[in-house]
Amino acid sequence: MDAMGGEVNGTMLAAQIRKGRHGPGASSFVLDVSIEVPPGITILFGASGAGKSTLLDCIAGLARPDEGRILLGGDVLFDSVRAIHIPAPKRRIAYVFQTLALFPHLSAEENVAYGLRNLPEGQRRERVGEILAVFRVEKLRKQRPGEISGGEKQRIALARSLVTEPRVLLLDEPLTGLDAELKAAIVDDLRAWNTARAIPILYVTHNRDEVDALGERVIALDNGRVVSAGEPIEVLDAPRRKKLAQAACFENLLNATVLDLREADGVMRVKLGESPCEIEVPLGYAAAGSRVQVAIRAGDILLATERPRGLSARNVMEGRILSLEQRGTMVIARVDCGVTFVAHITPGAVRALELTAGRRVWLVLKTHSCHLVD
Amino acid sequence: MEALWLSLKLAACVAAILLAIGMPVAYWLAYSTWRGKFLLESVVALPLVLPPTVLGFYALVAMGPRGPLGKLWIALFGHGLAFTFTGLILASVLYSFPFAVQPLTASFEGVDPRLLDASAVLGAGALRTFWRVILPLSLPGVVIAAVLSFAHTLGEFGVVLMVGGNLAGVTRTVSIDIYDHVQSLEYGAANRMALLLLVISFAVLSVVYAVNRRVWTPWAAK
Repeated sequence: MDAMGGEVNGTMLAAQIRKGRHGPGASSFVLDVSIEVPPGITILFGASGAGKSTLLDCIAGLARPDEGRILLGGDVLFDSVRAIHIPAPKRRIAYVFQTLALFPHLSAEENVAYGLRNLPEGQRRERVGEILAVFRVEKLRKQRPGEISGGEKQRIALARSLVTEPRVLLLDEPLTGLDAELKAAIVDDLRAWNTARAIPILYVTHNRDEVDALGERVIALDNGRVVSAGEPIEVLDAPRRKKLAQAACFENLLNATVLDLREADGVMRVKLGESPCEIEVPLGYAAAGSRVQVAIRAGDILLATERPRGLSARNVMEGRILSLEQRGTMVIARVDCGVTFVAHITPGAVRALELTAGRRVWLVLKTHSCHLVD
Repeated sequence: MEALWLSLKLAACVAAILLAIGMPVAYWLAYSTWRGKFLLESVVALPLVLPPTVLGFYALVAMGPRGPLGKLWIALFGHGLAFTFTGLILASVLYSFPFAVQPLTASFEGVDPRLLDASAVLGAGALRTFWRVILPLSLPGVVIAAVLSFAHTLGEFGVVLMVGGNLAGVTRTVSIDIYDHVQSLEYGAANRMALLLLVISFAVLSVVYAVNRRVWTPWAAK
């Protein structure tokens, strides 16, 4: 991908950044990316430590890349060759931090008005009132952040950033810890706000559900490099890298040995770990006898209390439940089939099937739910 | 009583001056990324370890009619610095410097750096960020710095004796006065003064520790 070549139209954000980690004990880590963010929401996806926050800091002007260029439309925000570094206060790039960073000594209203000091008093009040209405937090205007709940704080942090009419919006996991419904509501408000403005929004998350709910485009970052970019489905459903697989909620990452390839069926058989357990996975670039890793999402595993018959799924394994652990509206089941699988099931299913630790069960796995990792 | 009044006046002046010059120094110590920063930190902390007589001696030499500061002062104002109230203020500022700078530095460093980043991306320059974010959030540190430099100046003896001597109404502070009384075996007078200083010091320190324990905070802590 060539972020810099050709013309950059509209308010496209294009960044080409190299940045090493400085200071004592500096590892060989280098952020080395070239990305394009068109108007609309682009997801920046990757495990923690992949360099997401460093990248956002560079774009916002809070950190200085060692080399590279950052362009916004026709404006140069940073150019190492021409020694251009527009300081953060002059970039008009809004940034909602993971910690939100609301000013604890200021009321919600004062927080939101913070970036509007150049406006006359009347206009400032008007703008603050408007944005508080858009994000439905008008009733909190006089409260301090310490007195406000999590979801409302997130709304106020968004309002504070957007009221300044920024040219780019950077969001660093702004909605972590919220339940799905509240998240969806805030995202809808954000989308509504951006329909009229169409600015580039770079949204950092390592939550797979958020990617599915939000993403028009995804940029996947691993160890400081862009490993893939495009539609969520192409980027995330064929993980070629282990870290990415873990980040994308592939709770099961199993070592396996290839037994034989069946080109005609489009599959190959692999043996899992040291167990006698064999499953069928999609055909990959591997030779018989070679070692691969298989990634399986916990939500893709079915549990049965009797040996199922007449299924299209090719992999049925007998095992025993090791433990059941309820987390929110989900139960995490650990099942020993020679290797330990993690499966997500609903509390309702646990009751209906009378699942308990020690119970004999059968795991059902579709071949295409098994992803090969290089 | 003249001595007490003089001591309070001196302490108040020193505390005010120290806040004014302590803040930029503390700001620099808290946020500079210069690798040689430890050198200035050491200089700031020097008065903590040096005997007051050493500090007072250098101050006296510098302020004397042949010292650099003394010469400059005579050229500017026509009179010397040593054994004057102004000279006493200067020496006390030096002596109490760490008591203002260290709490300020610590509280500036304690401000969440992301709040400073948030201020910057919202368009605020360094000065506005300081006034609107750093200073209000460091208020307990500012109170502590003011109170500690006030209290420390109130109780100083060695530096005052070296630089100020013992001129009634000009440089005779409470601690010198007490020493005088004891020297002339007036234990009753010494006791009254000592008790007064004890009470004031206790009251002042109570304020510091109350702030430390967050008995009162300017906003709901979260």
